[in-house]
Amino acid sequence: MTGTVEAAARPVLELNNIHKSFGGVVAIEDFSLDLRAGEIVALVGDNGAGKSTLIKIISGVHAPTSGSIALDGEPVSFSDASKARSSGIEVVYQDLALADQQPVYMNLFLGRERLRGPFGLLDRKAMMQETQKLVDELDVRIPSASAVIRDLSGGQRQGVAIARATHWATKLILLDEPTAALGVAETAKVEKIVLALKERNMATLIISHSLDQVFRLSDRICVLRRGVQVGVRETAKTDKNEIVSMITGVA
Amino acid sequence: MFQRTHAIARKFDLQGSVIYLGFIAIFLFFAVTLADDGFLTTRNLSNIVLQTAPATIMAIGLVFVLSAGEIDLSFGSIVAVAALSAAVVMQEHSMLLGILAGLGAGLAIGWLNGALVAYLRLPSFLVTLATMGLFAGVARSMTDLRSIPVISDVFTGFFGSGSLFGIPSLILWTLGAVIIGHLIYRETRFGAHVIATGDNPRAAQVSGIKVPRIRLAVLMVSGGCAGLAGLLYAGRLQAAKYTLGESDLMTVIAAVIVGGTALNGGKGSVVGALVGSLMMGMLNNGLILMGLSVSDQMIVRGLIILFAVAISLRGTSRA
Repeated sequence: MTGTVEAAARPVLELNNIHKSFGGVVAIEDFSLDLRAGEIVALVGDNGAGKSTLIKIISGVHAPTSGSIALDGEPVSFSDASKARSSGIEVVYQDLALADQQPVYMNLFLGRERLRGPFGLLDRKAMMQETQKLVDELDVRIPSASAVIRDLSGGQRQGVAIARATHWATKLILLDEPTAALGVAETAKVEKIVLALKERNMATLIISHSLDQVFRLSDRICVLRRGVQVGVRETAKTDKNEIVSMITGVA
Repeated sequence: MFQRTHAIARKFDLQGSVIYLGFIAIFLFFAVTLADDGFLTTRNLSNIVLQTAPATIMAIGLVFVLSAGEIDLSFGSIVAVAALSAAVVMQEHSMLLGILAGLGAGLAIGWLNGALVAYLRLPSFLVTLATMGLFAGVARSMTDLRSIPVISDVFTGFFGSGSLFGIPSLILWTLGAVIIGHLIYRETRFGAHVIATGDNPRAAQVSGIKVPRIRLAVLMVSGGCAGLAGLLYAGRLQAAKYTLGESDLMTVIAAVIVGGTALNGGKGSVVGALVGSLMMGMLNNGLILMGLSVSDQMIVRGLIILFAVAISLRGTSRA
């Protein structure tokens, strides 16, 4: 129990001087960012600014050309996505990565199925119950844990994808444009779910093209322009005009 | 009400429930029209099950392949190579070695298919189209088109004409394969990963499922099943010939599709494949009893399969 205050203040994720180039093309230039538990940081920037590359670096898909990543103060280097996942980092992909013809609970446990008995058979009951409990907690309104993904609305699917990430993430959730394909009401529901992640003390990094949404959800905003980190602002102390000019580079 | 029956259908793995109606309809049709021709005799009905045993086993393997989003066109050729391998080895060596040779040939060809698909990323349609022709040729050249007799009574009893507690061994093989296949498909992690791979390979991959390994595995399952089917043919006919399995391709694919397995992956049913296979067997049998010529049989069977596949595909896409 040495200094819980200190532990809370210590960042979950530290990115230090991350640099990434593909061949001769520089994708990310000298990027540094700290993320704390219970904090939502928005990553904004125009198309091609390097947001997705950064997500891929954090989730272990790409290795940075130089720079270091630390999780809970421990330096880490992920050789592939499964390493990042087993360290407690979950990604909600833009395409959601759900198996459409399978029930919600099988998607939640995809690749990490619960087994029972000496023959290691699928424990569908346990998976269903855990799923139901989780979607209730997060207030993801779906007909049931055994509903098939194809029968759900876009917002419900997004809710399922976020619930899956929440279930497995212990440290950090990366959200890649979670509401890009949703209507107004559905967007509001998903935003509620994202805000609930704060209460679960999760660190969240969200990519969004909607500045309104960024201002509704985030604690801090990090701006990228052509691979260059333009700056980080506390959401409460900035406004849209400043962020827009940072994104476009027009003062 | 519709939702409830749907839920029940799902629970009992009867997704392609159209097939059960089709099965009953065809059965009733033959039962009435062929009442005087011996369709309904116990002997005839059990004959249908015995004759479809190899096709049913191939169909079970194919359920795994299709569910994973791949296809296997080569299983018919594998049947011939496996049966001939077993028969040739048994001429010189022990029965056990012959069985191992047959199953081993099936698994090896399945491995070849799977490795080309999984690790060279060649489309399974083209790979197995090529190996279908390749191993049909191998089967022909193995014995210079000769048929090889299988004289071991133990072998022909075990894989063909024998019985246990009065139940014919071919029925026991069918039941065993369906139960084990169903359990693996529905109740194990492997089955779940096969289905997920066919449903959305990217989702499967980012969820940590080793997608190439699944693709390799399903084609080996199909090869192994075809190998076993080859042994059953050799046991029942007491001989192996290059023509074994040659005419099963259309019947088996139709049985699997009609049985509720999606052609593009993510969904399937082992029990449905059994019913589909029995339906095809019943069709064959009924058309012969009706006295149709071989060419008429082919035409009628083709039309009925077309009709049945169309109905079951429409039924599943609406669900």
